[in-house]
Amino acid sequence: MAEKNKENVYFRNVNENPCNMCMPMGGILALKGIEQSMVIVHGSQGCSTYMRRHIAEHFNEPVDVGSSSLNEKGTIYGGEKNLRQALDNIRKVYHPNLIGIVTTCLAETIGEDIERITGQYLIDKEMEEFPIVTASTPGYGGSHFEGYFFTLKRILMQLTEAAEKNNKINIIIPNISPADIREIKRMLALMQIEYVLYPDFSDTLDRPFAKPYTKMSNGGTKITEIRSMGGAVATIQMGITIEDGISPGKYLEEQFGIPLYNIAIPMGVESTDAFINTLVEITGKKVPESMKQERGRLLDGMIDSHKYNFQGRSVIFGEPEMAYAVTKICVENGVFPAVVATGSQIGKFNQLVTAAVADCPEQSKILIETDFSHILAASKEGKVNIGIGPSDGRYLTEKGGIPLVRLGFPIHDRVGGQRLLSVGYTGTMMLLDRITNTLLESKYKSYRSSMYEKFYQQG
Amino acid sequence: MAADLAESIIERDEFIVTKGKNKKQLKCDADSSAGCVSQRACVYCGARVVLNPITDAIHLVHGPIGCATYTWDIRGSLSSGAELYRNSFSTDLKEQDIIFGGAKKLAAAIDGLVEKYQAKLVFVYSTCIVGVIGDDLEAICSAASRRHNIEVIPVESSGFIGNKSAGYRAAGDALLRLIKPFESTVVEKNNSINYLGDFNLAGEAWIIQNYLRQMGVELNVTFTGDSHYTALKSAPNARLNIIQCAGSMIYLAGKMEELYQIPYIQISFLGIEDTAASLRNIAAALGEESMIVKAEELIAKETARVENIIKGYRAKLEGKKAAIFVGGGFKAISLIKQFREIGIDVVMIGTQTGRKEEYEIMNELVDDGTVILDDANPAELEKFMMEKGANLLVGGVKERPLAYKLGIAFIDHNHDRKHPLSGFEGAVNFAEEVYSTVCSPVWKSLTSLGMGSGVENHG
Repeated sequence: MAEKNKENVYFRNVNENPCNMCMPMGGILALKGIEQSMVIVHGSQGCSTYMRRHIAEHFNEPVDVGSSSLNEKGTIYGGEKNLRQALDNIRKVYHPNLIGIVTTCLAETIGEDIERITGQYLIDKEMEEFPIVTASTPGYGGSHFEGYFFTLKRILMQLTEAAEKNNKINIIIPNISPADIREIKRMLALMQIEYVLYPDFSDTLDRPFAKPYTKMSNGGTKITEIRSMGGAVATIQMGITIEDGISPGKYLEEQFGIPLYNIAIPMGVESTDAFINTLVEITGKKVPESMKQERGRLLDGMIDSHKYNFQGRSVIFGEPEMAYAVTKICVENGVFPAVVATGSQIGKFNQLVTAAVADCPEQSKILIETDFSHILAASKEGKVNIGIGPSDGRYLTEKGGIPLVRLGFPIHDRVGGQRLLSVGYTGTMMLLDRITNTLLESKYKSYRSSMYEKFYQQG
Repeated sequence: MAADLAESIIERDEFIVTKGKNKKQLKCDADSSAGCVSQRACVYCGARVVLNPITDAIHLVHGPIGCATYTWDIRGSLSSGAELYRNSFSTDLKEQDIIFGGAKKLAAAIDGLVEKYQAKLVFVYSTCIVGVIGDDLEAICSAASRRHNIEVIPVESSGFIGNKSAGYRAAGDALLRLIKPFESTVVEKNNSINYLGDFNLAGEAWIIQNYLRQMGVELNVTFTGDSHYTALKSAPNARLNIIQCAGSMIYLAGKMEELYQIPYIQISFLGIEDTAASLRNIAAALGEESMIVKAEELIAKETARVENIIKGYRAKLEGKKAAIFVGGGFKAISLIKQFREIGIDVVMIGTQTGRKEEYEIMNELVDDGTVILDDANPAELEKFMMEKGANLLVGGVKERPLAYKLGIAFIDHNHDRKHPLSGFEGAVNFAEEVYSTVCSPVWKSLTSLGMGSGVENHG
């Protein structure tokens, strides 16, 4: 069914069990990391509800997202009336400091000009200063991964000014867990770095229980901080796989001349070193002793586990950025990445992963813009014994008997996706332990019976 | 009542009444208002929910990837045979398809899937985009149908053409096409019954089937839990239709009465009271003395078995207050009675797609002061649960985190539940689930840390 057109790229007529979500989903996640913001999805009611459900089940948090609830009339005559009504109602109930509007397939296909509509709305309401940010994110235009970074770029384009120079570093955060974001903040604090973290959903999508409940949660990147990102000393963007066209860091570099350090998610020794070294390079600060100790403990643990890990043959799947970072960890620890796959269509992915697996004793299979039926087939062929990625990979467990280390977004069949810590030296150690222990569990489950079957002969 | 709400949305007033305070008629079955953060999904969702449990069908979504991603294997419908329905197939429309049309891709997708999976039945779901770009689903499906000599049925489920109820209707139309006898076939009536509106979540349809068997009632086919092509084809032969989920099935039942002279009765297997009444009604409708006797035997035996267990829970739950927000009206009505069985009063009740008649019944059943609302949003749920002092909420995935953040117990009454809530079996599960959440020790820990003086109870 799949016609192999170019190396590793499949053009096909049917996707069998998707390994990606759609563009507006990424837009919502990005906007959830802005302080006191609300999102409106311009499209039919279902888009917003489905995405809310998907996000709520992963984070176990209330996820309120508005919809312009386009109906037949709005589709034929235009959705301006619906969008204006949505803006009115969202403002009335939630009193946000910023509203983000992301579009859908429907809105884009009927040619909605949301910038004009929102511009006119603000004029009519005499509130031109109120920040409404828009991002055109048709579901057919790319995956949630592109939607996430594109929306981040759009927010910068609409809010960030040529600000006075400051001492801060912009840290652009990919779709990692709230626990990961908090860990990065802890590392930055240890290094005594001044920074703007963008976006920051570590509190908004993982808030502590507190009474009374408020509709809007605390936390998130402040609007004033976003405005000031044009005056930073540098940008560190954890987005090595993203294309320049949707790169928020690239935008800041081109627009305001802010040096961009595009790095991988700090997972694994090499990538975490790169993050720390970049901070040192930019600021000249010293690496604190405690950080060195964390690193030393990771090295110690890697040595302790290396023989177990050597038995791992992994299938890594999910968003390109996460899949790349996990590939690096696997390679560092002798877990052979037999299959590395993403549902997104990202040109740089193939090249980056190919370089990362260059020293492996076997050839890895790299799949781009793929689906789970292809991932399963490649995993069987590659004799995979461990999967690493979001919970949709349970399909690989069910159909291929591949045990799964759940990582990334979404995780729907286990609790705690928002609490999974996998970045930095300490987080890497925790992820590596999850990987090693999954391999060990398989081993303990089967070694008695498999040895018995293999060797025992009745005398 | 709602009108004195400072943050109320005027359009929403007509959808909320308080029993005893308002004489006005509750408005329902209308489009959701933009920006109200409706909990409803879309037409496609409604159609997919109803049709997806058909186990040996290919469920192909014609549209961009998101619609298929968000609905992949998220329901708890069980199968005794085929597993094909647990896949989510999509034509994964991209930008070029939107411009040039997706007809060719769809035809090729059907060909590929039919060849690979040898299915006799394909449902092709239309999404928003298809409604706009104008792919002729009807023509493509009928051509494919002739090509493969199987049923390829288009489902008119473009998201913007209405709300979830419109999706139920679209599914009903698809089912009517499916069950239409071939021209050469003579419909031969037999003594069996069809069971409409049970999706075999956690084996619920099997539980009911066992009851019917014990009564000597032959079940022809269930719409659509654990159903398959051949069984559904025989639907016109039955002499009676019993309907559980009326919201999704009343249209189909009406049509079947008109076309195949099958009368229908509404039943409900939620709670002991409704289960017993339903079994009696079925026996009475079929009019056979032996069935009436066996029904009484079954009810007596099962009631005796579960009565004391339920009483035990009742003693612990007496006086607690429940809020209900579920998909359809039938479920809401049954829940009022089911809560009464365990000593709990309902203080707030609402649905996504309840019908006028159903709201009238709810209004009769609940006490004065109970808030009744249609198509509620998180802000309203929060407000009324707090105002009415609800101890627990019944709802779906999106509502759960809200209840928990408010420190309120929660019952999952959604389609991905993993334990049955139907019949006598289900009544015990329900009581146990209510007990497990209302009486959990975690609520005792919800205290706040005081200034030096230890803890202050917030509950």
